[in-house]
Amino acid sequence: MGRMIARAAGCLLLGFLPAMLSAQDTVRVGITYRPGVRPGLVVLPAPGLDSVRAIVARDLDYSDRFEVIALTQTAPTEPSPRGPINFAFYRTLGAALALELVPAANGGITARLYDLAAERAQAETTMPADRSGAGEGRMTVHRLSDEIVRLLTGQPGIAATRMLFLNDDRRIWRIDSDGAGAAPVSPSGVSTASPAWSPDGTRFAYMQFAADGTKPIVLQVVGTGTRTVVPTTAGSQNITPAFSPDGAGLMFARMSDQGVSLYGANVRDLCCVERLTGGRFAENFSPAYSPDGRRVVFVSTRSGGQQIYAMATDGTDQELLVPFDFGETGNSNAPDWSPDGATIAFHREVAGSPQIYTFDLAARRPKQWTSSGRNEDPSWAPDGRHLVFVSNRTGRRQLFVVDTETARTRQIMTSGSARLPAWSRSLGRP
Amino acid sequence: MRRRHGVVPLALLALCAAAACSHKKPEVVPPTDTGTPTPAPPPPPAAVPGNPGPTDMGGDAAATTRALATEVGNVIHFDLDQDVIKPDDRPVLDRKADILRANPALRIRISGHADERGSDEYNLVLGNKRSLAAKQYLVSKGVDASRIDVTSFGEERPVDPASNEAAWAKNRRDEFEIIGGGDKLVAPR
Repeated sequence: MGRMIARAAGCLLLGFLPAMLSAQDTVRVGITYRPGVRPGLVVLPAPGLDSVRAIVARDLDYSDRFEVIALTQTAPTEPSPRGPINFAFYRTLGAALALELVPAANGGITARLYDLAAERAQAETTMPADRSGAGEGRMTVHRLSDEIVRLLTGQPGIAATRMLFLNDDRRIWRIDSDGAGAAPVSPSGVSTASPAWSPDGTRFAYMQFAADGTKPIVLQVVGTGTRTVVPTTAGSQNITPAFSPDGAGLMFARMSDQGVSLYGANVRDLCCVERLTGGRFAENFSPAYSPDGRRVVFVSTRSGGQQIYAMATDGTDQELLVPFDFGETGNSNAPDWSPDGATIAFHREVAGSPQIYTFDLAARRPKQWTSSGRNEDPSWAPDGRHLVFVSNRTGRRQLFVVDTETARTRQIMTSGSARLPAWSRSLGRP
Repeated sequence: MRRRHGVVPLALLALCAAAACSHKKPEVVPPTDTGTPTPAPPPPPAAVPGNPGPTDMGGDAAATTRALATEVGNVIHFDLDQDVIKPDDRPVLDRKADILRANPALRIRISGHADERGSDEYNLVLGNKRSLAAKQYLVSKGVDASRIDVTSFGEERPVDPASNEAAWAKNRRDEFEIIGGGDKLVAPR
């Protein structure tokens, strides 16, 4: 029964007939929001593209939008490579969709999607993906995966992304969304914290512990490693940088004898630093922009403990954003605004341990996502449904990803420990 | 002005300081902090009243400076998520204020630290509040604010990396570092 629905859904998703477009949205919602009816998808054997096939299959699995069916055996009924596809065989595995990966004439890779019920190819795309699927070429394969997700669901994938995090060597590290390619990116011998991506993924900001006790905010270009100190942050105490959605603005918190205030800077022209929050002896920090760039969510201690507030980006119109019961609700920190603008992720202390929460801005309802161990510092994926966060549930602090549609959770293995993750937007072509 | 009091008061003060120190169970400065051991400085070589000698002067001055520097470096601690100076730590800060007033060239940096339990980024804020609490206390005792730098390391530099109450209590602290004018210190009167 469920399989029938899944098959029909996959069928409709692949339908590009205008008459089907109105039904498509309805069905897509069913697939996206109801765990258990994700369409089964099989990635066909791809001679000569084994690494690419493995990466794409895992990317589609990590998208949490399909039930990726593993081909565990070479059944006699399995078609020979390049031969006609045995639609019936794959249907018996529970698949509604089959993905074929073949080398393209132009040197890239063609991804062809088959509707197994209709027994025909329904969509295909050719991308300049690296056929070895190795090293830096992995990102080109991830882009192919994301295009497949977009073809099937109309939604962005999250494979061609990276996370930045603070490792226990106090340096900023990067890691691909699938856990590959971990490497330090900030200079050795310099303690850092709080990495933040620019929206286009070409640079990132972080706080640095300078030898004289000050905390400049540093901008670093991806690839070249060129570093620039944000104006006015040398010689003062600055923490928690965040880029505006257009990449031109940077907001951060400055600590002084009078408290902690949010400041804005123009990091396109490296100028025009202004203070945005006032009030002596209150702390305002950890800003994150709304996707339209009009508002900022941040942490303030104005009520005593730490709670989640919002304001216009010029510092006006400040409000308590996530309700709390004074004296009862635990401290709430590390807010991040979802890319679709609908949800705030943050962590809140429950019985002494931080747990991951989301707050639906329309329903004005908080939802708790974790309960085991310490779970903190969530950061949204570009699809607005996955969150990366830090958990010590397996002992040391590690990165975990949760899908807020299905609650499916996976761990990203890193050497050392991992803290303060920041998930990039989709990383464009180099 | 205060330099020529002669060796006796200086030596006595140094002894007093050391005695006061050990009597009050000084905060144990962990080896990673400064690399300088904390034991009370050895008593100065026989200082015969009324018979000061230039050699003794030099040795006493160095010992006094060491003893005072140790006192300036004594750590203070905080309760969970608090930045209030504890009553037990007030005499420790009072002594620092006295030494700072007696040595106008002396400059210090206070670094505030937190245990690992709060949010990573909030702990930087909390460390800042703790360093400011000590700074404001010293300023209230007549030390010029411009002589005191403050910084925060949040939970990034624990003295004890364990995850238990004893370690957390040690890690919630202010450290005091001499950043200028500490080459030769004179004891407060």
